Amino acid sequence: MQCDLCNKPAVVHEVTVKNGVKKEVHLCEEHATESGFAMPVQPPINKLLTQFVISHGSHAGAAAPVGKVSTRKCPECDLPYNQFRQSGILGCPQCYEAFAQQLAPLIQRAQDGATHHTGRTPRRAGKSIDRQLQRQRLIRELDQAVDSEQYERAAKIRDMLNSLEMETPQRPEEGAR
Amino acid sequence: MSCRVRLARNVAGYPFVNRASDSQCRELMDLSRQVLLANDMPEGMIWVDLNASTARDRKLLVERHLISKKLDESKCRRAVAISGDESLSIMVNEEDHLRMQVIAPGLELSSALQRIASIDDTIEKKVDYAFSPRWGYLTACPTNVGTGIRFSVMLHLPALKITNEIERLRRAAKDLHLAVRGYYGEGSDSAGDFYQISNQVTLGRSEDELLDEFQNRILPQIIAYEKEARRALIERSPTLLDDRTHRALAILRSARLLGVEEAMKLLSRVRLGIHTGRLTTVDPNIINQLFLQVQPAHLQLQTDNDLNPDQLREARARIVRQSLEQAS
Repeated sequence: MQCDLCNKPAVVHEVTVKNGVKKEVHLCEEHATESGFAMPVQPPINKLLTQFVISHGSHAGAAAPVGKVSTRKCPECDLPYNQFRQSGILGCPQCYEAFAQQLAPLIQRAQDGATHHTGRTPRRAGKSIDRQLQRQRLIRELDQAVDSEQYERAAKIRDMLNSLEMETPQRPEEGAR
Repeated sequence: MSCRVRLARNVAGYPFVNRASDSQCRELMDLSRQVLLANDMPEGMIWVDLNASTARDRKLLVERHLISKKLDESKCRRAVAISGDESLSIMVNEEDHLRMQVIAPGLELSSALQRIASIDDTIEKKVDYAFSPRWGYLTACPTNVGTGIRFSVMLHLPALKITNEIERLRRAAKDLHLAVRGYYGEGSDSAGDFYQISNQVTLGRSEDELLDEFQNRILPQIIAYEKEARRALIERSPTLLDDRTHRALAILRSARLLGVEEAMKLLSRVRLGIHTGRLTTVDPNIINQLFLQVQPAHLQLQTDNDLNPDQLREARARIVRQSLEQAS
């Protein structure tokens, strides 16, 4: 469609109905600007980016807990948490405790929702860990059996759990789940 | 083609390798050497001090998948212990203090798991591993924490590549929490249409559960996918398939200069031709061996010379021609 005032293609189309009379206006970019149909002015991309970065940065700065996290260091190896965020590599085994709060959701996301270990354990770490993990595994299997309505299997697993509880010596430090 | 089980372990009381001092790295090397060369380990273990070895020897180990590129390029004190038959290798001071792997032919993942578990037990009798009841075996990167285990298979997927289905596989793999890597693992490309596929989840499931899921649920699907692509190629585009495979064989038989990537690509097509029954005159074992022989460090070793890049390409073409003459 052509501009009402010249031969250029029309880019602004306005249809107004006033007192039952329909009026159409078709204008090219130049004539639209002249006639006061302001074209939306796109800010340059660098301005957009700067604005975004600044506002993002100020949000981060405003949130006190995030600021605290960024300066946190592992007491054992001195690794700043920020450095881990950049490299994805921790400094020492103690980092898992030092950054537990921040790491837990990250690990859960990376590990398909898993929150606890249920695999092999070092024998030297003692039987207590074995029992603890076996208990966790049985609880999980019990849930699965109940979900799939395998009640006979569920009863067997419950018996196994009970006998495991009987074997477990009462040691408060083992409750570190 | 082959499969691999890997365990990541760290020694308690030491920082991870990236924060360890030179003397701590040295202590870890001394401890590992003592443990890995002891009598209770498999017979014929050798210890390669990578700081004392030549760049060519290190490349040779990379080409044989006995060490990672990362360990080759690392600046730390580092080593690898390898069993006589090369089915077991234990990298020392890579990302974790110990990275042990068992390589097995085909898809023998369960026997590989049994073997690596028994080696882990042997080492663990003498070494205190960094372990937490909640997180399991503690690793430098939290994506390995828990079991520290990676099952991976090297699959040759040329039909999925030719039919442009490989990207779809990559997307599906992401949803299944699988990593799809190239011929030399992390950060490498898929030379010769070989893809290393491995589990990404290491926590919350036992080693057996992870193996079961990977071996019995995931792998058969991927293999069926490649088989389906091969069947579709044979049925719908037999001429295209014949052209690609015969053309590849003809180039390999007559080329006078061959780059490693070109050689891998052509060998891949020939291998596809053999396994789809389109090329019946070539011995598949020779082709499988050539995949290794055309690698730069292996070529240098075979020719026993320090060749420049042009000489390497010439030597590669010559070795391929000679092998194919014997293979036909």
